[in-house]
Amino acid sequence: MPTTTTPTPAPTTAAAPARRRDPRAAVWVPAALVVLVASVVGSVMVGAADLGAADVGRTLVTHLGLGGLLGVEPLPALQDATIWELRMPRVLTAAAVGAGLAVCGVVMQALTRNPLADPYLLGLSSGASFGAVLVLGAGVALLLPLAAFVGALAALAAALLLARAMGVMTPTRIVLAGLAVSQLAAAATSFVVFWSAQGDAYRDILSWLMGSVARSTWTSVAIAGVAVLVVGGLLASTGSVLDAFTFGDTAAAGLGLDVQRTRWVLLVGVALLTGALVSVSGAIGFVGLTLPHAVRMLTGARHRLLLPLAGLFGASFLVWADTIARTVFAPRELPVGIVTAAIGAPVFAVLLWRGKAV
Amino acid sequence: MRDRTTDGTSRVAAPGSTPGLEVARVRWSVAGRLIVDDVDCTAPPGAFTGLLGPNGSGKSSLLRLVAGITVPDAGTAAFAGTDLASVRRRERARRVAFVEQEAAAETPLRVLDAVLLGRIPHRSLLAGDTDADRHLAREALARVGMAEFADRSLATLSGGERQRVHVARALAQEPSLLLLDEPTNHLDVAAQLATMTLARKLAADGVTVLAALHDLNLAAAACDHVVMLDAGRVVAAGSVKEVLVPAVIEQVYGVRCDVLEHPATGRPVLAFS
Ligand SMILES: Nc1ncnc2c1ncn2[C@@H]1O[C@H](COP(=O)(O)OP(=O)(O)O)[C@@H](O)[C@H]1O
Ligand SMILES: [Mg+2]
Repeated sequence: MPTTTTPTPAPTTAAAPARRRDPRAAVWVPAALVVLVASVVGSVMVGAADLGAADVGRTLVTHLGLGGLLGVEPLPALQDATIWELRMPRVLTAAAVGAGLAVCGVVMQALTRNPLADPYLLGLSSGASFGAVLVLGAGVALLLPLAAFVGALAALAAALLLARAMGVMTPTRIVLAGLAVSQLAAAATSFVVFWSAQGDAYRDILSWLMGSVARSTWTSVAIAGVAVLVVGGLLASTGSVLDAFTFGDTAAAGLGLDVQRTRWVLLVGVALLTGALVSVSGAIGFVGLTLPHAVRMLTGARHRLLLPLAGLFGASFLVWADTIARTVFAPRELPVGIVTAAIGAPVFAVLLWRGKAV
Repeated sequence: MRDRTTDGTSRVAAPGSTPGLEVARVRWSVAGRLIVDDVDCTAPPGAFTGLLGPNGSGKSSLLRLVAGITVPDAGTAAFAGTDLASVRRRERARRVAFVEQEAAAETPLRVLDAVLLGRIPHRSLLAGDTDADRHLAREALARVGMAEFADRSLATLSGGERQRVHVARALAQEPSLLLLDEPTNHLDVAAQLATMTLARKLAADGVTVLAALHDLNLAAAACDHVVMLDAGRVVAAGSVKEVLVPAVIEQVYGVRCDVLEHPATGRPVLAFS
């Protein structure tokens, strides 16, 4: 109690840092999590067979081995298989891919200081598709994401080198270079699939180039999920680093960053994540472009809250986009990339129009 | 060859006093061109030093070398007796802050958030802003006279106001050495004078300020010490009265001028003819 003998208090600047959490984070992150869980459960319910939230719950409980403990009867085999073998892997893959692409978009936009940057527009996704189809015949599950990573990395390097060769790297030049790389990789992908496909080559080509999660399995969930949790989680923790790039490379260096090294490490991370995602879903466009801009309207330009929120909302976004893709014209299915393009392309147009000077 | 080079070094730092910025034989070339050619100069501690010279004389390049943003081919820049190249990047960013000539953000940014970027070198890269950071950022805004702009969007500010925000961001780094690249560019006369007053005030508070300036009269009115560059070399250095003389101006800029005395301040005023 008696504090009279203690020395004078430290000056304000040396006071113990009060690490008060951003109050917005305390609201938005849990809210986005709730939206995601509701989206996943809701999306599993939607479809030809009439399923309720209780059925989804029963299936989960059964497959987690808690049925006996909680006294829950398993669903009839057909319904159980619909939920557990078809819808759950598909919805969870969509969630993981959406989260990863949105985080990749935020990182790329910050590092290239280009509001138009995203894995799809800069050709990483097409490069990854090409890498994946090259090893498709090998039948080794883990080879696919690895080859897709190499493809994404090569496409990224090609796009950036091409943009640099054009002179100062303006956003438009980067996108043009990405377009060239992306077209080339898409043509190469189509060629490889035509050459090697046994069944419906057109459908295969479409799902690699437009993206689809229709054939997701629990292996897809594992690949995309692990990539998102590990690589995506690491990328999502780089908020301060990305903030430092707000005013460009010189300012970032002035704030004590090793600019070149940081940029390459993070871009390789983006390529790694894009590779893993594309290996399970093909090249889904516009998620990485649209989500960061939408979430920035909530969070402002700083990245610490933007990154996790873009990931969570990106997951919900792709879950619903895929739900639309498989239901609006049921029993016909659209590749989910058509839905994301229908939403994202207008956003792209608005960005182009707003940034006339780019 | 360079007999005109007056040696400011020995005159400025009195023996025993803490030295300010000491640039020694710094050389930098890019694309096969020598841009900074064996530069020796000093910026005395707690003073406002102007870095003068025509366009393309290497002012910005020299500031970037001092800030550690580019690495010299040879030579050293030391501050307070420590070679800045031997200090780790983040540590250097706590001592030296650099305000670029033109810095723009691609996305809409709140003024306070822009200033808070200056706190990045002072905390773990995983940590967010603390209350202390926010307090310091607001204090920095107050020092540049922009306290009431904290919640505005950076894009809605005038050029002069934005320049002050960038200075506030640099001040949030709590630097001992502040490097400003043409801080008065594109500003009207009132904003130019306000910026000069701010630089003098910061120097009086103990910050060593080195600013690239191209307006000689502005430098004459505000600087304690000036360094004149031409084609990457130091042509003259010393007090305003020593350096801003017709012979130096004519040699560097190729224009004739008369040096008058300001009736109120007694400082030199250049009249070009
Ligand atoms: N990164 C660079 N690449 C090529 N030339 C450069 C580079 N940086 C500076 N220069 C050249 O160096 C010279 C000095 O530039 P700078 O330092 O900007 O001069 P100042 O700031 O005095 O106008 C100019 O001719 C400029 O074109
Ligand atoms: Mg310059």
